[in-house]
Amino acid sequence: MRLALERRPEQSRTMTVVSPLIAIAITVLVGAIVFSARGLDPLHALYVYFVEPVMTLWSLEELAVKTAPLVLIGVGLAVCFRANLWNIGAEGQFTAGALAGAAIPIMFPEWQSPAALPLMLVAGVLGGIAWAAVPAFLRNRFGVNEILTSLMLVYVAQYLLDWLVRGPWRDPDGYNFPESANFEGWHALPTFGDGRVHLGAVFAVVAVVVLFVFMSRTLKGFEIRVSGEAPRAGGFGGFSRPRTVWFCFALSGGLAGLAGLCEVTGPVGQLQPIISPGYGFTAIIVAFLGRLNPIVVLLAGIVLGISYLGGEAAQIELGVSDKIAQAFQGLLLFLILACDTLIRYRIRIGRRETAVATDA
Amino acid sequence: MTDPRANDPATISAEGAPDEPGGTPVGTGRSSDETTGDANIADAAGIADAADAQNGGYLLEAIDIVKRFGDFTANDGVSLKLRPGRIHALLGENGAGKSTLVKIIYGALQPTAGSLRWQGGRVSVANPAAARRLGIGMVFQHFSLFEALSAVENIALAMPGPFDLAALGERVTRVSAQYGLPLEPGALVADLSVGERQRIEIVRCLLQEPRLLIMDEPTAVLTPQEADQLFVTLRRLAGEGCAVLYISHRLEEVKQLCHEATILRLGRVVANVDPETETAASLARLMVGADVHEVSTEAHASDGPVMLSVSGLSLPSAGPFGVALRSVSLDVRAGEIVAIAGVAGNGQSELFEALSGERLAPARDAISIAGAPCGTAGVTARRRLGAAFVPEERLGHSAVPGFVLSDNVLLTRHASDRAMVGGGFVSQLETRAVAKRVGGRFDVRTSRENPEASALSGGNLQKFVVGRELDRDPRIVVVNQPTWGVDAGAAALVRQALVDMARAGAAVLAISQDLDEIFEIADRVAVISRGELSEAYPARDIDRERVGLLMAGAHETGESAGRAPPPEARA
Ligand SMILES: Nc1ncnc2c1ncn2[C@@H]1O[C@H](COP(=O)(O)OP(=O)(O)OP(=O)(O)O)[C@@H](O)[C@H]1O
Ligand SMILES: [Mg+2]
Repeated sequence: MRLALERRPEQSRTMTVVSPLIAIAITVLVGAIVFSARGLDPLHALYVYFVEPVMTLWSLEELAVKTAPLVLIGVGLAVCFRANLWNIGAEGQFTAGALAGAAIPIMFPEWQSPAALPLMLVAGVLGGIAWAAVPAFLRNRFGVNEILTSLMLVYVAQYLLDWLVRGPWRDPDGYNFPESANFEGWHALPTFGDGRVHLGAVFAVVAVVVLFVFMSRTLKGFEIRVSGEAPRAGGFGGFSRPRTVWFCFALSGGLAGLAGLCEVTGPVGQLQPIISPGYGFTAIIVAFLGRLNPIVVLLAGIVLGISYLGGEAAQIELGVSDKIAQAFQGLLLFLILACDTLIRYRIRIGRRETAVATDA
Repeated sequence: MTDPRANDPATISAEGAPDEPGGTPVGTGRSSDETTGDANIADAAGIADAADAQNGGYLLEAIDIVKRFGDFTANDGVSLKLRPGRIHALLGENGAGKSTLVKIIYGALQPTAGSLRWQGGRVSVANPAAARRLGIGMVFQHFSLFEALSAVENIALAMPGPFDLAALGERVTRVSAQYGLPLEPGALVADLSVGERQRIEIVRCLLQEPRLLIMDEPTAVLTPQEADQLFVTLRRLAGEGCAVLYISHRLEEVKQLCHEATILRLGRVVANVDPETETAASLARLMVGADVHEVSTEAHASDGPVMLSVSGLSLPSAGPFGVALRSVSLDVRAGEIVAIAGVAGNGQSELFEALSGERLAPARDAISIAGAPCGTAGVTARRRLGAAFVPEERLGHSAVPGFVLSDNVLLTRHASDRAMVGGGFVSQLETRAVAKRVGGRFDVRTSRENPEASALSGGNLQKFVVGRELDRDPRIVVVNQPTWGVDAGAAALVRQALVDMARAGAAVLAISQDLDEIFEIADRVAVISRGELSEAYPARDIDRERVGLLMAGAHETGESAGRAPPPEARA
């Protein structure tokens, strides 16, 4: 008996849909094993982790709060990845957007006007774009690998944030805590329901719809898909690869920046040394689990939103470390990529090749 | 077990062929008998299985192979038997199912039904690696090379087990020289012409010392000299006892080279013949099921306005193994076809890219299209001026393999067809309609409506990419290898379409290595060699011999004239 991978003549459409489901199923299975290895009842633990978070209205709202940035960043990345461009520094663009937008209320705390919030949103987007422009420029001009540059800029942004909240932007009335003043009035995002869900969730849904139409119906979306699939054919079609690089980085950076701004003016409410539980990285998983398709990204965002909530719930109810969420997320990404092999290959179980047997 | 041959018309004539003393179980009956020794010893081992005692010395038998793609049947009960030491031709028009059949033999596709026998024993070939272990080597119609790697690295990837690049490089140089297919092991594939890439594929196979060598249209991109050299190689391999399965649309060469021929039409075997006793026309008739029409044209001098003008264009080579263009000048007038002949890798691709605008010229007036200087304008601007381009590489250059045909229509026509894009939005109604019209006008045969480009057979995809451009009614057409891998009927269709375009007033520039094609359609002929272009002579005033001399560099101003294969020329 042996297992062999056999190349499929064509990519399997069924597997495109089924492979992420298999990945999720294996992740859950591994979760059960890990929980029982820690002496917990695996069924109860899985219930706490994956089901409870969606059982109450409160937690559903909390889910929307967690899902919004994941989706907002994830759809941008999905477009970028479609073009075969690997922006993995969304976390940095998220931070840069938060900083750029927050500069307005911090530097002009007195300026309360209806114009303030839109201006902050624009600044947030521009901050994200500026941060993403660096890897785009380096790639176009010098051919530098964008994976490294975009990733390294994450740490630059995070240290910049750290320095600002401990130094120049620290709240003068804040008892020396490393935090900025709270954003209030026109400096904070409007909220819905219990006051947790904010405008970011609306932006996320809008981005999903717009980018879905964009990718499937417009010439620019076509250009991005061609550029990723067959760059030479793209050049022959008259599409410029450098322009695609600029566009994709600006788009994904801008959306990450917007997500960052929404986070600090919404749920967080101020600048702190840490403003994200790794949304920018988790969004990479969201994009892949979402098959790089904006609509599916929305669903994938919800799945990973649950993994955050479940992590918190598991910490409180089961006493396991909240790092468990990251472990699950990492495992999920690994399994998605592994299961995607099934799109191009099928597994064959059989005796050793008869082809060899006749030689003997 | 029933004898599969009993109800298989495919084998009858093969066994009863005049030079065969019946289907005797031992020996192949070939006059030069030096070949069959080991094959029979190997057979003897395989014959342990009682059912195989009557195997007539076949190396490989494909029995009643059926292959369906969805509800389309590409192979419908095909049987084929190959003997050691014989060169067996597989013929058929575009989409007849030739590539499908050989991919099944090579394990790249799995049959829906039917079986394979190797030396009389039933085998299932799960993948190409298993095929290679059996001793089957294959050169694909579409290359399977990594562009970012060098020739020797690509070859190393197909070798089983660990390897030493330096030693392998030496082996490559030696074997390639020995078989007359010179290859620079360190050359980056991305910098090589299709002809040179083809050589890598062939040498890669030869290194594995195959017992069955499958070649899917190996000569489509070779020059006559290179092809002749390949035939010497193949004859020698056959002499060493290797079986060769040979697919080609060039019927003359099949007659010269092959001992047997199986003809497919619409996925079925329609005949097994002895190619020597057939004529090219009778073979074509068997393939198509009807007579193939001849291109009707008469070379004539055009005095229309100059539509495409190149003057003093020089471009440095793009990579270490590319070719620099040296002061190329050329005028193409409305109403005429100018052909550029030359050995692969002498600057044809570079010239094409400079004309299409994929690479920009240093000066604006180095190239003019319809009177407008556009040397520094991109491909879209040139299309807007009425120019259309067809590159030689179909998959990945003129078409996106994973995209459906209607999206591939959009690829080159988004700027010139107003109805296709409105306000940034694509009209799929329009792109589909155009794809359908192109399919109809150029007889593109597909297994379903609007398939992905990669699901088309090679020749059908070629008809599609040529048709996509001609359907625009361009004023200027630049086409590189217009009938690469296209069957006789379809090649006539494409050539006639080019001739008709010219007669209707378009300026046509065709880059081709096929001298028959050139003399069939061209009004004037120029020759490119090592990046230099000769003057364009009226086709009536120039003969093959003269073209041959020019291909060898007779017109070059550079110091080192004399024909040499491209890789050496650049060393
Ligand atoms: N993966 C696929 N999916 C669907 N149809 C396919 C696929 N591959 C081939 N076909 C269809 O099967 C038929 C036979 O294709 P094949 O490539 O075997 O033709 P061929 O005889 O090699 O032609 P050519 O001379 O043009 O190379 C064609 O009509 C083609 O459209
Ligand atoms: Mg073929």
